[in-house]
Amino acid sequence: MKKVIMGNHSLSYGAMLSRAQVISAYPITPQTQVVELLSEMCANNVLDAKFIKVESEHSAMASCIGASLAGARTFTATSAQGLALMHELLHWASGGRMPVVMGNINRAMAPGWSIWTDQNDSLSQRDTGWIQIYCSSNQEVLDTVIQAFKVSEKIMIPSMVVLDAFVLSHTYEVVDIPDQEKVDAYLPPFKPEFTLTPDDPHAFGGLTSPEHYFELRYMLQKDMEKVPALIQETAKEFEEMFGRYPGLVEAYRCEDADVTLVTSGTVGYTARVAVDMLREEGIKAGNLRIKVFRPFPFEIIRKILGEARKVAVVDRNISYGHHGIFYEEVKSAIYGFTKDIPIFGFIAGLGGRDITPEDLKGIAHYALKKDRPEEEIVWIGVKK
Amino acid sequence: MKKEKTMKLSLPEEEFINSGHLACQGCGATLAMRYVLKATGKRTVVCIPACCWAVIDGPFPHSSLDVPIFHCAFETAASSATGVKAGLEMVGDHETTVVAFAGDGGTFDIGIQALSGAAERNDDIIYVCYDNEAYMNTGIQRSSATPYGAWTTTTPVKHFKNRPKKDIDAILAAHGIPYLATASIGYPEDLYKKAKKAKDIKGTRFLHIYTPCPAGWKSRPEDTIKLSRLVVQTGIFPLYEIEDGERYTINMKPKERKPINEYLKLQGRFRHLTEDQIALMQEQVDKNWERLLRRVSSEE
Repeated sequence: MKKVIMGNHSLSYGAMLSRAQVISAYPITPQTQVVELLSEMCANNVLDAKFIKVESEHSAMASCIGASLAGARTFTATSAQGLALMHELLHWASGGRMPVVMGNINRAMAPGWSIWTDQNDSLSQRDTGWIQIYCSSNQEVLDTVIQAFKVSEKIMIPSMVVLDAFVLSHTYEVVDIPDQEKVDAYLPPFKPEFTLTPDDPHAFGGLTSPEHYFELRYMLQKDMEKVPALIQETAKEFEEMFGRYPGLVEAYRCEDADVTLVTSGTVGYTARVAVDMLREEGIKAGNLRIKVFRPFPFEIIRKILGEARKVAVVDRNISYGHHGIFYEEVKSAIYGFTKDIPIFGFIAGLGGRDITPEDLKGIAHYALKKDRPEEEIVWIGVKK
Repeated sequence: MKKEKTMKLSLPEEEFINSGHLACQGCGATLAMRYVLKATGKRTVVCIPACCWAVIDGPFPHSSLDVPIFHCAFETAASSATGVKAGLEMVGDHETTVVAFAGDGGTFDIGIQALSGAAERNDDIIYVCYDNEAYMNTGIQRSSATPYGAWTTTTPVKHFKNRPKKDIDAILAAHGIPYLATASIGYPEDLYKKAKKAKDIKGTRFLHIYTPCPAGWKSRPEDTIKLSRLVVQTGIFPLYEIEDGERYTINMKPKERKPINEYLKLQGRFRHLTEDQIALMQEQVDKNWERLLRRVSSEE
């Protein structure tokens, strides 16, 4: 069934179709519509789930973790300050191998208060051991939630499905909402090997000495390394059933490109427009949209960028005292594995300032003009 | 009822805690767990945040309890238990009792927000606070449960704690939860009865259990039971229940309350106190006791 819905409701429909059993959430702009619709779905028995209306995001994640350990499929959604408040428990969910799925609406961190989009909230959680997937359309949000449950429950690592505040969260698009039966066939019920039950009593998460701790973390990393292949495998299955392929990255007109933009989130869609405009001007531009950020899909990125002539990474985020975060990640992924390629780093759109096709065209032109990067960061649209 | 002729054990014999746990000698918290589990039984899940019990249970891959345990984050005993209960319900287990088992720091201080949230929602959990009146697992730092006058490593004798213990029970009662009780490991039958009663009630139930800590109180391990009876007999920690936030029952009214010095003098943490300071503390205990009596009579 096709429906015109907002990005936030794509998250709600994704959780509903995935038959989330426990939802625990706290309101924060711009996430509220996600949980409003889910609480309605629960109240109307469209969704058979317990909805815990907690008093903070910290408790939201804590109760999701508890419910997951009890064997239930769990979902929550948050944004910015709320995600930061959860930080401790993000480690708990991944370290304890609880496959919680969470929607995060990318919103800039305060102060000053901002409700508009940038990626510093989720990228600050980079090292918490969560799978992170950045979406570019409402359809992709819905599809990714369903796929994320499948991936997370198979590998027992939690997933964060990320979308831009307002640019996606509050934008209405046509979304194909799949039939429940087909989703059920794609996503079987959650049946973890160990749960918190008196029928098989175990202690979870107890004091772990140096004799064991290292191995637990090694196992988490080893399983993380399996995730790119698992995403491709589940994407293929998804494509067979639903006709769409929710993969690791999306490469657009990259094959013969003289300059390849690297983008994420909704900027990835704006970039396609910019690439088309550049091509009309006779400039061979391409766009690599990175969808899965953790684990970083090294192999496919090396393959695509290995053929590139110049690379321009657009970051809507910053690691203060360093660079844009995707810029760093891309450089570290290809260094030593490909021929020497000039890579330029651009920071744009912090705190929700628009990133337009013109901005992206300017970025491509800048990269084409220079032989090597001359500045640590090239700022786009900042009033200096 | 038929009168029994043989001596009857006052508590069930079945144990859910095994030897080999890591508690100190004379640990009150260990007895609290033992009695609570006797009441809640085999179909219990325990959520333990950072506290002495995170260690007492034993390191991975061991556990000294026969019931499943979730070692959760410090401030999440209540919210974790809420999630566990919801999860169990959704996988078809409607029978298991979910117990949050936290120390005073995890309850009075860092965990109070999550606890208040669960209590306001009336989530179906038993929250047990075993109260040893300071952060003992980290090495005896003051908490808001530390009583007036006590020495801790962060309230040295020159600057002993000069604020009274937080009245956590009044705070919980103000949430209107169906059941709240104070208990002491010195009165195991009373404690057991209250845990059993809690088990059969739906909603948020709060048990506040007094548990001496010889290492932190500088008391003798063999005085643990004596202290946990004296604390009741002096009226410092009265045994009572509050139902629906308003119906008070005092379970033990000493005919004559013992002077608090009998209790204080067994503990090194109060050794520095002068007679005047002790007199002041006695006054406060008397006032608190009168206030409790007024609360009971106002309900009658």
